Amino acid sequence: MIHQTIAEVIDNTRLTDSIYLVTFRSKELTQEAKPGQFVNIRISEGCYPYLRRPFSYCDVVGDEFKVLFSIYGIGTKVISQSSIGAKFDIIGPLGNGFNIDSEFNTAILVAGGLGVAPFAFLKRALPKNVKVVSYIGARTKELIATYGLDNVVIATDDGSLGEKGTVIDLLKEDLMNGKFEGKFKIFGCGPTPMLKALKVLCEEFNLNCEVSTESAMACGFGICQGCPIELADSSGYRLICKDGPVFNIEEIKL
Amino acid sequence: MSDISLEVKIGSLELKNPILTASGTFGYGLESRDFFDVSQLGGIITKSLSLKPRKGNPPQRIVETPSGMLNAIGLANIGVENFIKEKLPELIKLNTKIIVNIAASTIEEYVECVEILDKEKIDAFEINVSCPNVKEGGLEFGRDVRKVGEITSKVVAKTSKPVIIKLTPNVTSISDFARISKEEGATAVSAVNTFVGMSIDIFTRRPKLSHNTGGLSGPAIRPLALAKVFEVVQNVDIPVIGIGGIISPEDALEFLIVGAKAVQIGTHNFVDPKGPIKIIEGLKSYLKKMNYNNINDLIGTLELNK
Repeated sequence: MIHQTIAEVIDNTRLTDSIYLVTFRSKELTQEAKPGQFVNIRISEGCYPYLRRPFSYCDVVGDEFKVLFSIYGIGTKVISQSSIGAKFDIIGPLGNGFNIDSEFNTAILVAGGLGVAPFAFLKRALPKNVKVVSYIGARTKELIATYGLDNVVIATDDGSLGEKGTVIDLLKEDLMNGKFEGKFKIFGCGPTPMLKALKVLCEEFNLNCEVSTESAMACGFGICQGCPIELADSSGYRLICKDGPVFNIEEIKL
Repeated sequence: MSDISLEVKIGSLELKNPILTASGTFGYGLESRDFFDVSQLGGIITKSLSLKPRKGNPPQRIVETPSGMLNAIGLANIGVENFIKEKLPELIKLNTKIIVNIAASTIEEYVECVEILDKEKIDAFEINVSCPNVKEGGLEFGRDVRKVGEITSKVVAKTSKPVIIKLTPNVTSISDFARISKEEGATAVSAVNTFVGMSIDIFTRRPKLSHNTGGLSGPAIRPLALAKVFEVVQNVDIPVIGIGGIISPEDALEFLIVGAKAVQIGTHNFVDPKGPIKIIEGLKSYLKKMNYNNINDLIGTLELNK
């Protein structure tokens, strides 16, 4: 069930110069939340900004949940400046979440920049016997967050942290070198160019992969129809908010 | 407070209160049930339905603007038949009025949709002659007085249910459209649909919307919409349902005082899903405070300045 409720900020941590991790407390928004789902946060009681802002659940522990973001516009700016005890009107949990029921013994998490947001919660929810490897890439080290993850391979476009290059290049190299044994599944989240490259890689190696997509949204629960993503076979659209944000990478056009 | 009556009548359509949810902002009426008991609404107006399903426009379909948003959804909908099969059985169980909104590319399509739906247990039709985001139909009809007249007369001939014509504000004289709707037998008009608007990405120098232009809604348009409702009320003797940027009881009251018999809550359903219920409660509080027992004693009581 989707809730609209008031949640309180209980922590606000600046991870790097530009990345924030804000923790909220709410029973309704946490008890049924699944990795890959998101919340839609009302920024202002007035009309600036008017629309809510969607954020992935970054992590959920008990009745607390975290959102991870960098300042992009007025919405993220307001949340980054919120003090402990600040209250926000939030809708959630929204969307479908990752499918972690299928059989695999290694989870490969592939993130571009703030695409890392849903992965701490995903890692926490995976069965304990599943090995987790994370590939995190960004333009520069300032935009790298690894919150909640270990066993991380990092790539930056400018080489300021980890390998110089893209996570897709690194993953491809490791796949060709036979790094992963047994059944594995890829979980991806990041900007569209990264997801496009991931889709090409998955087609080349015939990989099992789910990606979390993003879009500007108004409602977040399927009534405004404002966040379409085209199906791979061009037969129509799915809504990122309701049918996604997680899709099998084969299913969608990127 | 239970002795305060919020009931209003729009022709033969009796509403338990004047708060309706606007087409395209409340899905098929079932999606918001997680947030509140939608039977408390005066009525639900469905997403625009066309005869056949429509995929809608490619992304980007929405853009936030100051105090509002632009949309160019392109009437994405499941079509009349799927609506009857998949949505209507649940919808008619609700204890509220169900008003089905129809959009079409041709006059024949409007007529066919109404003929099919007339057999169903719905309470009224709202005819969308004013969508700015489709190539055929839409504004092409809504800006042509004769076309609006023809659609109205042909639709009214096929049903005994109330017919509401949803007007576009993107015309010089909206009263002309309300007048022809009345003359051709419409029960009421709803005013207004969205204003045509545009937003540009200055780095790509392209419109942000894939459709280039879209429909502006939200609090940004409220004073504009109110003036359009005022214009219709002053000039044409037909019930008007006010729409445009209503987000609070006070906003709804402005439209009612000007003379709207009811109002629709639109874009605000995206921002505050519980908004319509808060507005209904707020109307009751206002009436009590101002010593009205019946909302009809307030509707249309505008006192103009000399």
